Amino acid sequence: MKTRGWFSRVMLWLGLAFLYLPIVLLVVFSFNASRLVTVWDADDSPTLRWYRALLTDHAVLDAAWLSIRVAAMTATGAAILGTLTGLALVRFGPFRGRAFLRGLSTAPLVMPEVITGLSMLLLFVSVEQVCRAAFGWQFDRGIVTITLAHITFTMTYVAVVVQSRLASCDDSLEEAALDLGARPAKVFFRITVPMIAPAILSGWLLAFTLSWDDVVVSQFVSGPGANTLPMVIFSKVRLGVNPSVNAFATLMVLIVGTGVLVAAWWLKRVEKRREREMRMAEAGQ
Amino acid sequence: MGQPARIRLRLPAGQRAVVAIPYVWLLVLFLIPLLIVLEISFAQFAPMARPPYESILRWAEDGVLRLKLQFDSYQYLLNEPLYVSAWFYSIKVAAISTLLCLLLGYPMAYAIARCPPTSRNVYLMLVMLPFWTSFLLRVYAWIGLLKTDGVINNVLLWLNIIDEPLQMMNTSFAVYVGIVYSYLPFMILPLYANLEKHDLTLLEAAQDLGCGPIRAVLRITLPLSMPGIVAGSLLVFIPAVGEYVIPSLLGSSDQLMIAKLLSDEFFMNRDWPRASAVAIAMVLLLLVPILIFQRFQNRTLQAARA
Repeated sequence: MKTRGWFSRVMLWLGLAFLYLPIVLLVVFSFNASRLVTVWDADDSPTLRWYRALLTDHAVLDAAWLSIRVAAMTATGAAILGTLTGLALVRFGPFRGRAFLRGLSTAPLVMPEVITGLSMLLLFVSVEQVCRAAFGWQFDRGIVTITLAHITFTMTYVAVVVQSRLASCDDSLEEAALDLGARPAKVFFRITVPMIAPAILSGWLLAFTLSWDDVVVSQFVSGPGANTLPMVIFSKVRLGVNPSVNAFATLMVLIVGTGVLVAAWWLKRVEKRREREMRMAEAGQ
Repeated sequence: MGQPARIRLRLPAGQRAVVAIPYVWLLVLFLIPLLIVLEISFAQFAPMARPPYESILRWAEDGVLRLKLQFDSYQYLLNEPLYVSAWFYSIKVAAISTLLCLLLGYPMAYAIARCPPTSRNVYLMLVMLPFWTSFLLRVYAWIGLLKTDGVINNVLLWLNIIDEPLQMMNTSFAVYVGIVYSYLPFMILPLYANLEKHDLTLLEAAQDLGCGPIRAVLRITLPLSMPGIVAGSLLVFIPAVGEYVIPSLLGSSDQLMIAKLLSDEFFMNRDWPRASAVAIAMVLLLLVPILIFQRFQNRTLQAARA
């Protein structure tokens, strides 16, 4: 066991270095004065030049604002739909169409992004045609279509997270409340939701990140003039390295890193409190 | 909600409403779009029309509804060398990247699973953290590392290991690195979930019976972790076949992957029927791995419930 343990530990550290080294370099070079990014200009660095350039770039700022709105709406919609899906699949027992719903709710998870994007766009084009023919009404693709598409592929992630949480939760509390005469809707909001709140929150965060990050689907379903932040970044980096993208990446790493750590800490605290309450409840019996 | 288990095919009204919302959503925004793609893949390309295809259903003059299916797009996919080579290349890239991910991810997952429980969560967190930062930016980071005057070449030149910079950007190597880098957490997590549950007394027993450590891992740990290996590999392989961003940023423009061809057909040639046919072919190709994955997913969920 000893030799094998040694080998896997070395691999773990190498793997972590592989995961983090590029990010560290990205951050370091964001303070480099040289436009060549990877050639360190020792005379003028470190500098905040690229951060200033980034914060005065209106295309980037507008795109960021659009992306934040899309991601927030997506995450909220996906959290609601994903929770309902998870609830139906885990708690409703066998019902007609359950297998089909399960299939429908896992398929988007593994669908290549280009296909999701293409199929959504073709749907929106068809709806557009029908609207124009029937009502003479023309709508533009943009924030609404992007959000609808994002909700559809992210809700399935939330459903998976919620399902595994619900499956590991005992339903005796819910049963007890029902036996005591609580209406199902009340049971859902007072017992089920608090019980699976950590899963819903992590689902919300996951959906937000996936939406905030998506290039391919957005590129298909957005219309002229509606550019999300990843679309802007993608068109910038296609032309090669770009120092203000490094600056942006650094800000992102900072924000996301802090956010994830805070969320993880909070989730752990909630979990601990719940366990303590459960223990106390059991002890009090 | 929690009545004793008995088969009810019709749910109570409230539950039916709860089921209906996601059901209708997924039907309208997931299934119907795929059916539209299927329909357009059989349509005739009409470059001048808006949208650029002829509908497969048409009212003829005599008031008869005519259905016209065109198989040109599919024939093209099978006969055009560019497409055939793109299919093979996509599968090759996905397979090699999956294998590399497994070779790197397995020992990592193993090491994490054998850690004391308190440090396990820290390592898992470290593995997952990059996943939360932007995928696009992480791929971008590799451009700076791999390009001709990039970090890796500069370091190697400075150490006198090489005399002239290596060409790493715009090669298959860069695509492998990008995919392994982006999808490594998807490999590690299912492997970890599996390895963590192993009964270590089995290994002890093997050792007591005179089995060497490497043999014990090969004969006991590896076979037991098969479900984790399958789940992780599929989670990497399936999206890697359809990967668009990584080959566009790091790969060469001579050797295209299938997702890139699809988007070029759609955006540049405006050939919607052909792009749709590519999409349908891709779904068919991925159907087998997807179904295997779903079976595993269901089994894991059932195991979690038991």
